[in-house]
Amino acid sequence: MNPDPALVIAAHGSHLNAESSSPTFAHADTIRATGAFSEVREAFWKEEPSFREALRTVDAEEVYLVPLFISEGYFTEQVIPREFRLDGWDPEMWDSDGTSATHATLTAGDTGQTVHYCGPAGTHDSMSDVIVQRAKSVTDDPDVGEGFGLAVVGHGTERNENSAKAIEYHADRIRGMDRFDEVEALFMDEDPEVDDVTDYFESEDVVVVPLFIADGYHTQEDIPEDMGLCEDYRDGYDVPTDVDGHDIWYAGAVGTEPLMADVILERAADAGADLDAAIAEIRDRTGGANPATGD
Amino acid sequence: MDEDPVDALVATAPDGIAFDGLTVDREDDRYAFETPAESHDSLDEADLRSVAADSPYVSNWYFWHAVAPQTDHRWAFLRWLEGADDRGFDDRYDALAGGLTTEWGQLRITASLDESGGRSYALRHVDDADDADSALESYDDSLAARDIAKHDDDGGYRPLKTAPSLQTGWQFPALGPAELVDAVHAVYPATVPNWYREREGELDVTHWHETVERQTGIYGVVKTWDRGDGHEHVDWVAEACCDDSQCLKRREWQYDEDTELAVDGGDGAFPCREPCSLVITAARKWTKLEAEEPQTYEFELTPSEKEQVEEIIDAVADGRTADIREADIYDGANRYRTRFLRAKLFDDDGNLCGVETDDE
Repeated sequence: MNPDPALVIAAHGSHLNAESSSPTFAHADTIRATGAFSEVREAFWKEEPSFREALRTVDAEEVYLVPLFISEGYFTEQVIPREFRLDGWDPEMWDSDGTSATHATLTAGDTGQTVHYCGPAGTHDSMSDVIVQRAKSVTDDPDVGEGFGLAVVGHGTERNENSAKAIEYHADRIRGMDRFDEVEALFMDEDPEVDDVTDYFESEDVVVVPLFIADGYHTQEDIPEDMGLCEDYRDGYDVPTDVDGHDIWYAGAVGTEPLMADVILERAADAGADLDAAIAEIRDRTGGANPATGD
Repeated sequence: MDEDPVDALVATAPDGIAFDGLTVDREDDRYAFETPAESHDSLDEADLRSVAADSPYVSNWYFWHAVAPQTDHRWAFLRWLEGADDRGFDDRYDALAGGLTTEWGQLRITASLDESGGRSYALRHVDDADDADSALESYDDSLAARDIAKHDDDGGYRPLKTAPSLQTGWQFPALGPAELVDAVHAVYPATVPNWYREREGELDVTHWHETVERQTGIYGVVKTWDRGDGHEHVDWVAEACCDDSQCLKRREWQYDEDTELAVDGGDGAFPCREPCSLVITAARKWTKLEAEEPQTYEFELTPSEKEQVEEIIDAVADGRTADIREADIYDGANRYRTRFLRAKLFDDDGNLCGVETDDE
């Protein structure tokens, strides 16, 4: 066993879409290059290594486990702890209101490793910076904000109230930055719906950032068609596209933004990993050197 | 790690060394050095250094204790690759000089001695065994194996890493020992630690019933398929998904600890210790489909048409459709034959012989 800690990134993956795991691999590679961990391992619900077997592939005695998921809920509270065999887990250990989970330290029943189980990447405060960075990337304007509206889009589901909480949390935080003229949280499956995006903005230019980890069916097909960027996603669309007199700058999944690697590190750092140098390096390299939060 | 092997040997000698035919001991500042090829007593340090300097037994010891990864499963796998448990040293070194090749699933791994007496590993697809290096795309970063494992030769996505559809046309000509295991892990995740656990008699197998019992969310429905009325349905699942033609893992899980499935688990080198996510996802679909009540449908087929339907199902189930020649009208699953059957027997709504699926 290696005495230096390892990082395991737990993501959903897909049986159908090869690109689902691509952001996980990309962020893992970015973090691996910093040398901050003895190992960086990707693990998936739908791909391999599976959650069930990931820890036995990791040599380290101590593991930081970061879920690359958007919100707290079924996956972070039930599936990941169960499949990683985190003995003694109880969601109460996070003492979270739905967006405030930090970490809990447990022992893996499979391997005996010490696992610092972190809250999901999507609810970390620095995720707000990634959303802003995404807006910068898609407009190719580092000063984007004035004259622009920002829509943070989530899936939304009546089965899990935390799903919407994460979206609203970041919309509130970014609104508090006074950077964009308007900020709204919109959803696919509940009100207010992304279909009516132009109803919610007075700004002529609107950046739309879906809070999804990977580009796939929803971000590449559903949302562009629902917003009226195109009749059929296969026809493609321009960025920006004019919809009802608004220029819609559609950003695609926020999880593909390189700065996401920083959020994963911040999660591990909050759980006690010594990562100051690695975080500075990643922020410098992936466009987040000057945190948009300013705090 | 880049310490001189002889320095390392001298430093370790007080603890005694006995490895792969090499024995070194120290007593009262004098050393004993023995290999099957030579034996020396009462050496001073300078003599020991002189004897050890050119000994392949020393560079071999150094490789296995200072260069190769020391994690049990990685170390054991690398030893297994060169048959260290059952090949004598000379025989092994002769083989390594010319390249000692082992297969791991569809991987072909060739271990060779490098200039310093350590190891270098070449990795490629078993089907590319005889291809010239220049005919293959070369990689040196073991992480590139992740992308290689993602798609098959036709560009199709491979959700199951152990499906026997690993793409060809690539090679890693010279990986170090740690990198080799990393590349193997990228192609066949967790196979090395599970193989090692099995070898040590410690493989943890989670059987079907137990795996199904822990499912929640949309997969929780699979539990309803386990009604304590035998395991024929699980045999069908295993026959559909876990056959050697579909997955290179050897299925070790059974219905439960006391109840073996009726179908063979396959011959793969690496063990499968529980139903995977693809099997559970498929089982969820079958759980729903198997809840339907059978109906009686009446329609007429000629004997050849019935046989053709059977041939079509066989061809699709075996993934053979792409191999059927375009003009091979003699094959029941030929595309023109199938289109003719559809033209003759389907109505505008796609109903076989015009018989609706629901009788309401």
